[in-house]
Amino acid sequence: MYNIQGYFEAATVEEATAYLAANPDLIIIAGGTDVLIKMHHGQIEKARLLSIRGIKSLQGIRRLEDGTIVIGALTTFTRVGDDPVIKANIPVLAEAALAMGGPQIRNVATIGGNICNGATSADSASTLFALNARLQLQSRQGERVVPIQEFYLGPGRVDLKPGELLTEILISPGDYQSYGGHYIKFSMRKAMDIATLGVAVLCRVQGGVLADVRIGLGVAGPTPLRCNEAEDYARGRAITPETIAEIGKLAVRSTKARTSWRASREYREHLVEELTGRALRVAVARAGGIKIA
Amino acid sequence: MLKKISFTVNGTPVAIEVDVRETLLEVLRNRLGYTGVKKGCEVGECGACTVLIDGTPIDSCIYLAVWAEGKEIVTIEGIARNGELSKVQKAFIEEGAIQCGFCTPGYVLTATAMVQSGKQYTREDIKRELAGHLCRCTGYQNIIKAVEKALEEERKEGGSHAANR
Repeated sequence: MYNIQGYFEAATVEEATAYLAANPDLIIIAGGTDVLIKMHHGQIEKARLLSIRGIKSLQGIRRLEDGTIVIGALTTFTRVGDDPVIKANIPVLAEAALAMGGPQIRNVATIGGNICNGATSADSASTLFALNARLQLQSRQGERVVPIQEFYLGPGRVDLKPGELLTEILISPGDYQSYGGHYIKFSMRKAMDIATLGVAVLCRVQGGVLADVRIGLGVAGPTPLRCNEAEDYARGRAITPETIAEIGKLAVRSTKARTSWRASREYREHLVEELTGRALRVAVARAGGIKIA
Repeated sequence: MLKKISFTVNGTPVAIEVDVRETLLEVLRNRLGYTGVKKGCEVGECGACTVLIDGTPIDSCIYLAVWAEGKEIVTIEGIARNGELSKVQKAFIEEGAIQCGFCTPGYVLTATAMVQSGKQYTREDIKRELAGHLCRCTGYQNIIKAVEKALEEERKEGGSHAANR
């Protein structure tokens, strides 16, 4: 029995935003795999919940004519991992989705909830950072689109204004087409664990040269983050073991890792350097580049 | 706050008033008597409370009872038919995939969903699909073997849906 003080259900986005406008204290619940666990542990007390799980329009994935991929906020991880559009166009996101939790959790947990929970360890987040994903937010007043990098404000804090609802995640064709990618989740167990570090790398290759590299990290700081210095260095360089090693080193400079019971700061920094290189090697091969030992 | 909901459990229609604070686990165990649904960690980590909702394995401890409206729920009590164990249950016995038995209902339900899916699974796939369950006795090897066996039996029989039972 959870300490739920009020419970409302919305069947449409309009209904949800109307509820939120009238009751700004409502906590939005979708899959429940974060909210209910926080209630169980007492991190959320006496909650009044607004369930949005019945909003059909926010479930599923579609590809627009211009190539933009739209992921409804209520799409489950199982669906993201299985979806033909994702598997054909952004396989790295399917890879990240299947790294999260275990099957029963993935069957109910939603990608929108994963983002709005604001955790640096969110398995979808580092990949969505590397994909330059944009978030569509809606309230009674209207809608706005925010790059995911600007949405995360701090640990457990996101730029969701009172009355706002995350409705869709947008990925532009220019950000995924002809890119290869790889996500590495480093954790003590292969399943049902929270990442010690998450590394997502996307890259585009042109004639033995790194045309573009984008690196998203989870648990390397209070929020997921990008490695701008390493990315700037990488652009236009020949693909050599030395370049890859240097990109790994430079990636560490963007991090603000801390020591927790899972791992020390030093260990996490070591992981960033090592795993960025490993992820990049796989991403290069998947982007049609050469295999670098 | 009470809410009236209707759903089926193992094919039997149920109409019941539930408290919005109640989990599906609590309603199934305490109000409807399906004690084959085990209460383990209560935070979605151990998988002991797994049930099938519209054929999909979920942790009933982190699933509010009100969400069950209109759903078809299957618990371990609904797996054997007319006193005969299912293919998955038989495979668990034959492979010795059981010790204390606490985790078994959850495993059997996830394995049943796998058998019913008609998909092919490698050993790695099987491990991944079972990863949401903890067993503290067996060391998992026999459980994986049992699931392999059930999937193999199903494949041999050509995947006729009735053969799952």
